[in-house]
Amino acid sequence: MPPEKFELRLYVAGQTPKAVRAFANLRRICDEHLAGRYSIEVVDLVENPALGRGDQILALPTLVRRLPTPIKKIIGDLSNTERVLVGLDLRPRRASA
Amino acid sequence: MPKKSLQSNAVEKAPTGISGLDEITFGGLPAGRPTLVSGGPGSGKTLLGVSFLVNGAESFSEPGVLVTFEENAEELASDVRSLGYDLDKLVQQKKLLIDYVHVDRAEIEETGEYDLEGLFVRLDHAIKQIGARRVMLDTIETLFGGLKDTGILRAELRRLFRWLRDRKITTVVTAERGEQMFTRQGLEEYITDAVIALDHRVSEQISTRRIRVVKYRGSMHGTNEYPFLIDRDGITVLPVTSLLLEHSAPDQRVSSGLPALDGMLGGPGFYRGSTVLLSGTAGTGKTTLAAHFVDAACKRGERCLYFLFEESPQQMVRNMRSAGVDLGRWVDKGLLQFHADRPNRHGLETHLLAMHHAVEVFEPDVVVMDPITNLLAVGTQLDVRSMLTRVIDFLKTRSITALFTSLTTPEHSLEHTETLISSLMDTWILVATQLEGRQRIRQVYVLKSRGMPHSNEVRDFHFTSRGIEIEPAQVPTRAPATVARRPVARRGK
Repeated sequence: MPPEKFELRLYVAGQTPKAVRAFANLRRICDEHLAGRYSIEVVDLVENPALGRGDQILALPTLVRRLPTPIKKIIGDLSNTERVLVGLDLRPRRASA
Repeated sequence: MPKKSLQSNAVEKAPTGISGLDEITFGGLPAGRPTLVSGGPGSGKTLLGVSFLVNGAESFSEPGVLVTFEENAEELASDVRSLGYDLDKLVQQKKLLIDYVHVDRAEIEETGEYDLEGLFVRLDHAIKQIGARRVMLDTIETLFGGLKDTGILRAELRRLFRWLRDRKITTVVTAERGEQMFTRQGLEEYITDAVIALDHRVSEQISTRRIRVVKYRGSMHGTNEYPFLIDRDGITVLPVTSLLLEHSAPDQRVSSGLPALDGMLGGPGFYRGSTVLLSGTAGTGKTTLAAHFVDAACKRGERCLYFLFEESPQQMVRNMRSAGVDLGRWVDKGLLQFHADRPNRHGLETHLLAMHHAVEVFEPDVVVMDPITNLLAVGTQLDVRSMLTRVIDFLKTRSITALFTSLTTPEHSLEHTETLISSLMDTWILVATQLEGRQRIRQVYVLKSRGMPHSNEVRDFHFTSRGIEIEPAQVPTRAPATVARRPVARRGK
């Protein structure tokens, strides 16, 4: 099975500490687990407020896995790597998780 | 408190445009602040909020944003369509913007710190797009089901209400009523400006909706529970009248239709705009006396509205014709209108609304309700009293003279069933029958009449081909047993 391509979109509102942390965490996790098969688009809702409705963004930061389907949403600064991997379906969901 | 301050409150108000609600809040919701509207499922929270937005957009040049957190967007649209609101049109005119916020816990993984800035950005964007002055959040507590970190959620909701206050947006926040609190998540802790509670009860298959202003910081408000209705005209809170005893008291007198009875009332008859209770057992002539009163009013060219709870209009006209009072001609002339309705067809509030509506349309000078005791079939004595208080209040503000007949049962003393309502009445007339030999003698007696020197006499009367004829005064050697129990002294009032 060819490795799936991950299309990720990170929603933030300005360069807040949480946003900066989330982006750094996301880059680190992707480089470790999805090297060469991911793309990240950062959407700043302060600049594009209308985009928040489409993906039903409420909490920030929100990471949306647009591909592969189904769409997944992960909210927070992505500091809990374990949960990010579960959220991206890169690690099976454990009963305790 | 000087009277003027009742009107000019320190708190600026944003009118809801909901008939009655603006009266009990003395002008509307606190402008530029959030108001919490709590109630159980189906209590009308959403409709109240939507009315507030629609009226704001249509009548007060205040565009609004509706943020709905409910899962079913279609349901909202169809709910409000049944009220005749065309939300799509308002959306096209950019007077209304609807944002559906959908949160599904199953789709979301929480990993670390976050806030609800996304909601703020969306709301801010929506407000700016149409220049909104009003916002409705329906039902924001749904977020507690979608997000796990309630600590963050609470802090963010607190921030949201402050944020709305800072922008001077008048906001309606709907919430489900909680077990012990007004809301499940204790939102009343964050929204302290105004709290409105809605309630929907069904008792003996008759449903009643009620509204109560629990709290209104810096403003007077009616504290009672007020019945309200939801129908094709939207929400109507009753009464649509003042809460104060500020009716004008006309000096003008109107004839009862019987010169002898006028004489018993000190000469000219009832005060215009006063309320008259006419009570007695079955077959004593209450309706005929009422017919005389109506006949006299129509002769003066006045308009009369007659609410029948027992007979049909045709039956009433026929019976009165045979009693010597021709009411049919007044119906033909358009001066007299009958409204016949079985009491048990609706709840009291629906009756009340129907009466309000009929009075507003017909604009009568005189209103008769015959007999009010039939309303006891659909409500307790207290309910009926509360309803009559509203009716009377409403009629008095319009200086409408009102006559209510009341059927008493022989087992009870005449006063028994009426003690609750008699205090609402300005004039109370009793009719009774007394067995004398082999004849039933009809008698009439003025029990009280505020503001006029009235007679203490018990007068006999009988039916003739020209209606009722009251016998000349005589020394009251005998009084009806039921009446005699009362002291026959003049009651100063």
